[in-house]
Amino acid sequence: MNNFTYARATSVKDAVERATNDQNAILIAGGTNLVDRLKVFLDEPSQLIDISRLEMKRIERTSEGGLSLGALVTNTAVADHPDVRRDYPILSRAILSGASQQIRNMATVGGNLLQRTRCPYYYDTAFPCNKRQPGSGCPAATGINRMHAILGASDQCVAVQPSDMCVPLAALDAVVVVEGPKGKRQIPLTDFHRLPGNTPQRDTNLEPGELITSVVLPPVPFAKSGVYLKLRDRTSYAFALVSVAAAVDLAGEQIQNVRLAMGGVAHKPWRSKEAEKFLIGKSANTATFQQAAEIALLEAKPLTHNSFKVDLAKRAIRRALTVSAKGGGVV
Amino acid sequence: MEHKKRAEITSQPGFLGQALTAAGTAIAAPSLLNQATIAKEASQSNPGEINVKLTVNGEQQTLDLEPRVTLLDALRDRLGLVGSKKGCDHGQCGACTVLIDGERVYSCLTLAVMQEDKAIVTIEGLANGDTLHPVQAAFIDNDGFQCGYCTPGQICASVALLDEVKRGCASVVTPDLASPPQLAELSEAEIKERLSGNLCRCSAYNGIVAAVQQVTGQKPPSPAAVMVNEPQEMLR
Repeated sequence: MNNFTYARATSVKDAVERATNDQNAILIAGGTNLVDRLKVFLDEPSQLIDISRLEMKRIERTSEGGLSLGALVTNTAVADHPDVRRDYPILSRAILSGASQQIRNMATVGGNLLQRTRCPYYYDTAFPCNKRQPGSGCPAATGINRMHAILGASDQCVAVQPSDMCVPLAALDAVVVVEGPKGKRQIPLTDFHRLPGNTPQRDTNLEPGELITSVVLPPVPFAKSGVYLKLRDRTSYAFALVSVAAAVDLAGEQIQNVRLAMGGVAHKPWRSKEAEKFLIGKSANTATFQQAAEIALLEAKPLTHNSFKVDLAKRAIRRALTVSAKGGGVV
Repeated sequence: MEHKKRAEITSQPGFLGQALTAAGTAIAAPSLLNQATIAKEASQSNPGEINVKLTVNGEQQTLDLEPRVTLLDALRDRLGLVGSKKGCDHGQCGACTVLIDGERVYSCLTLAVMQEDKAIVTIEGLANGDTLHPVQAAFIDNDGFQCGYCTPGQICASVALLDEVKRGCASVVTPDLASPPQLAELSEAEIKERLSGNLCRCSAYNGIVAAVQQVTGQKPPSPAAVMVNEPQEMLR
């Protein structure tokens, strides 16, 4: 990696000022994705601003009855927090399905949202990549694109956002709290990540100098029966080919409320509000879930090597909804 | 202390190569080198270096490091602690696993400069004098290694695993998040999932699982039994 200067931020304000004054600086907390990118020259910052010692390490109850996750809480601490386990097991299970214990011990809530795609063409600087160098081209569009997007992609970029944690966050209507040179603001998680469009170099709607301070979970009582189903090439320590976060709220046989989001299929965690709308009021059975899955994948545009993802996603949705309707747990 | 460590590491070719390159001097036999000169020249020719204090295996170490130096490189090339191995160098193999403040991490994915004031424990710090850590002994008892390159990381990961189970940490295969398994009831599926961040290309996995079972107070099955049981477990 290139060399850089190193500064330890003393407060959120200090971090924002430093990042605003040096647009070539990068904030670092857990660093599990960033250090890896630095090693292969994907990022070449002039300065690293270490925010890992700032006070954003608490999980607290909100006045609404939800939970606020500090941006620097580790993945392990979120997954093992008693309140998260009890009220949002869907989030615990998604986090525990991601990476390895060593990574989860270092990786943070804020960093998880900001990790970048693992598209091999993005990672290999011998190839052009519109995400790395806008306008240079996208070899994945016609190359080996087995891992790539089937929803929301553009002719500029077919990469997927790799996070497991973000999928239930999208389903739970989580809100990202950020602080920047213009003050604080809140961004719904579903609006935090961007589709590639003509600017695939931008993963998120964070503005220069802004940093994530927390992620707020609203109360979602039926999230207790939520499930996270992750399908991948090996049973552990691999990114998802397709993942589904689903939570069904039943009154007898009738679906009162439902949440459905997918990972591994798009440039952002993919919430399917159309499928949710269809499901509400319907009877919870295989035929209904199958129809919802068809609706969720209606816009799918598979690439040369990943058409299998369309059927895989439909089956995963059906199974996740079925298990959630039966009370949740291990899928 | 610092001088002693610097003298010790003259036998490490990695360190010498780096220091000499940095100092811009010609390669010379280790015995001819004046350690003080190397240190001084290195810091003079690298204005980007900063003073970093690391606590490794209970000893305080002071190093001049560029901020880009990973903890793994600092441990191996500067402190001569070559037990932690560099496998993939990308957080995928686990051979570099060490404990920081009691938690296992990949030392290749973290910068040394970020680890000041934290307690770092490497494979070299696990034994108590000549008495091996129980996990080390269990790896020997159950032949949890073949080539052994991944073994230090596997052992550090296993030591952390025991502590995590004692603290009630769950894994993705834990059936009930409200009651994670105790040590004595830790299943093979749990052990495998919890050690999945460490790869062994010799696939000494059965011995490693048996070693962990031994330290949890369970009776390790014979390797043959493990192989027979595996497909049944996967079918469940």
